[in-house]
Amino acid sequence: MRHDIVIIGGGPAGLAAAVSARKQGVEDILILERSESLGGILNQCIHNGFGLHTFKEELTGPEYAQRFIDQVLELGIPYKTNSMVLDVQPHKVTYINRAEGMVTVEAGAIVLAMGCRERPRGALNIPGYRPAGIYSAGTAQRLMNIEGYKVGNKVVILGSGDIGLIMARRMTLEGAKVEVVAELMPYSGGLKRNIVQCLNDYGIPLKLSHTVVDIEGKERVTGITIAEVGPDHKPVRGTEEHYECDTLLLSVGLLPENELSRAAGVSISPVTNGPVVDDTLETSQEGIFACGNVLHVHDLVDYVSEEATLAGKNAALYVQNGAKPKHEIPLVAQDGVRYTVPQTIDIATMADMVTVRFRVTGVFQGRSVCVYYDDQCVTRLKKKVMAPGEMQQVLLTKKSFVGHEGVKTITVKTEEN
Amino acid sequence: MDYDVLVIGGGVTGCSVARSLSRYDLRIALLEKDEDVCSGTSKANSAIVHAGYDPVPGTLKAKLNIEGSRMMPQLAKDLDIDFKQNGSLIVCFDEADKPKLQELYDRGVANGVPGMRILTGDEVRTLEPNLSRNIVAALFCPTGGIVCPFGLTIALAENAYENGVEFRFNSEVERVGRIDGGWKVELKGGKSLSATYVVNAAGIYADKLHNMVSGKPIKIVARRGNYMLLDKEVGDFVSHTIFQLPTKAGKGVLVTPTIHGNLLIGPTSVEDADKEDTRTYAIDLDDVVEKAALSVKDGKLPLRKVITSFSGLRAHEAGDDFIIGEAAGAPGFFDVAGIESPGLSCSPAIGDYVARMIEEKAKAPKKERWIGTRKGIVKTRDMKPAERTKLIKEHPEYGTIVCRCEQISEGEIIDAITRPLGAVSMDGVKRRCRAGMGRCQAGFCTPRTMELLCKYRKLRMEDVCKNQKGSELIKGANK
Repeated sequence: MRHDIVIIGGGPAGLAAAVSARKQGVEDILILERSESLGGILNQCIHNGFGLHTFKEELTGPEYAQRFIDQVLELGIPYKTNSMVLDVQPHKVTYINRAEGMVTVEAGAIVLAMGCRERPRGALNIPGYRPAGIYSAGTAQRLMNIEGYKVGNKVVILGSGDIGLIMARRMTLEGAKVEVVAELMPYSGGLKRNIVQCLNDYGIPLKLSHTVVDIEGKERVTGITIAEVGPDHKPVRGTEEHYECDTLLLSVGLLPENELSRAAGVSISPVTNGPVVDDTLETSQEGIFACGNVLHVHDLVDYVSEEATLAGKNAALYVQNGAKPKHEIPLVAQDGVRYTVPQTIDIATMADMVTVRFRVTGVFQGRSVCVYYDDQCVTRLKKKVMAPGEMQQVLLTKKSFVGHEGVKTITVKTEEN
Repeated sequence: MDYDVLVIGGGVTGCSVARSLSRYDLRIALLEKDEDVCSGTSKANSAIVHAGYDPVPGTLKAKLNIEGSRMMPQLAKDLDIDFKQNGSLIVCFDEADKPKLQELYDRGVANGVPGMRILTGDEVRTLEPNLSRNIVAALFCPTGGIVCPFGLTIALAENAYENGVEFRFNSEVERVGRIDGGWKVELKGGKSLSATYVVNAAGIYADKLHNMVSGKPIKIVARRGNYMLLDKEVGDFVSHTIFQLPTKAGKGVLVTPTIHGNLLIGPTSVEDADKEDTRTYAIDLDDVVEKAALSVKDGKLPLRKVITSFSGLRAHEAGDDFIIGEAAGAPGFFDVAGIESPGLSCSPAIGDYVARMIEEKAKAPKKERWIGTRKGIVKTRDMKPAERTKLIKEHPEYGTIVCRCEQISEGEIIDAITRPLGAVSMDGVKRRCRAGMGRCQAGFCTPRTMELLCKYRKLRMEDVCKNQKGSELIKGANK
């Protein structure tokens, strides 16, 4: 079997990529989704706030996903659920499902849209016992919102990532008492609006520069001790506070799931943990494109859809026109800019406008985002506040490179206003 | 008498004794305080089959280590256990310590360890490019191995069960007392059982049981060890098991691949720990990192790839040897106590050793029909595509992947639950088929595994436990 485009993942990224590729004129597309339905993680995000940018209205996660699922259905794009991809090689995808067994298909182009997973407790080496009642926030969210079960009555949350914040509110609404949210960093990892709507509105304290130093309870969690951390992120003695509780939720970071990408020989950025891509969102392997949270962790799904639309379109163009010679100029992240996606740009073949997304390394007030073409500053955007929890972007136009055709490096950095 | 033999403790020692005893025409039951076998020391250790250079020649430890290490390859084949002789290296950082390395070599020779060689630092680094430039020499033991400790214990238990041994879980022994012609074993909750012979394989609590029946008390102290387990992505960081030259505090910290392709570092050694204290401690984990770093190039371990840390308690006996045999003044009560490292390596030999002692006393004949082999759970991820497709056509449940990280299918999880002595808890599933053992640490597969436990164990979701009672995962339905 051969398909023009195989899309790995039927979440928001995969769906938008599929719709876009079809609109670009590619007929033979296959979406492979490992769970029982399309929609990905949005299916368990039953809170609202999705789609403000894309649809100018506030949707729940499943509603937002449905908008794209409907398009996939209307366009008649084939998809397979309960089908897990086991291996990806350039132009080859191997998957498994109950009906077909293990199948390898050829692919003109491949779009990686596998999303991300949560960092587990073990990755943080939180000391203490290892009882029941320790959940990553997303697992708890699934158990509550899809299966309909309450995971705990008295809760401590470590990490102020968005899912953790959302779950603080969700568990409160289900009658649980959320004692505290502890965050290792001196700032929250989540969106400002989630701090306000999920913690402040319910009187849940957020303790910045705090971490969990002990987990008690042999069978089920019976208590959690948190402590303040110093600038080295190590707990400060004498600052311990004990909470009686039966549950510890962890919202301590998301990791793009790139095991398949690595197997395919795709270069992975040590900063984003996602593939290194050019301005067409093509990875280091020809014909393999990436978008959504597998590429880098996004704050808003709207940007996932936007990015995936571009990846889908470029995968289609690649199938239609073949590979183009490339002359890639590196984008360098500096001085408060943690990374950029894409990591390279080809000014000869680039679209009229390229969105460069990035996150900053700390909370900045009164700093500007600057873009340099070699030594020359070409863009300077004043920002009131920038925080690591919120994704930033700058737009590079094709026009702006007129007179800079020989540029060697494009640098994105922050500077004092 | 209810039984001829009661084995107390469902760790690797108890299960091995039970399996060896099952060869004979005896009524045997194994009592385990938790809900499953392999719930104590056997589940949290280095998972190493030691070559046998370490124990002092002439000790029981030395004898059983060599025997166990020799038996392991065939046992692994017979019982379908994941095991590999990856070879071990005992590295030495100081020219001045080289005589100690030679001493180990000589000890190994005296114990009968085959194929050992002393390598130069450069030879070591050729074998293992990620090792430290400070290594001046190493003892290479080709027969050192890595094993799945859960797989070993569970396979021994399943095979014992297949051969008629009864397993009684959630059966904590509170008292053992002499009765006419045997022993009365009282369980928590009021039940009591009688048997002609008792095998005390109670791990860190073996002293408690022993001291109930013998006038010559023993003392078992718990030595706590913390470990860190790293992602399979860095599982090939080393291919041999890297030990540091032993010191008085123990074998030092090791860096080793696991049989399933992860990287394991540890353990620490904290003396006289509380027997219930299986916590990890920040100070211990820091210690693991600091010591393990000594073995590797530029001290750089891939610590960003840690997926979990854990803690285990070794049953250390003051005399520093295994205590195996009839307890003083308690005929028919057999201790198998103080089984710390290399206990896992010794376990097959210990089983036979204890079974022979009991058989001699009991004069029990061998069974005419004894099943010496056992088939484990299929590992679909290791199957060839055509083979796998065929299996899925016959049993579609092998075509749904539940645990993404370890690629464990629904069929494997169902087998883990429904096979003889199958899993009743999440940990039981994890130890049998690795669902939840991977990099996301059960983040994705927990809900589905819970549902499968409900379906095949006829449980309600609120009854599903991580391990023993009290470790229920959820607190009921939503409002």
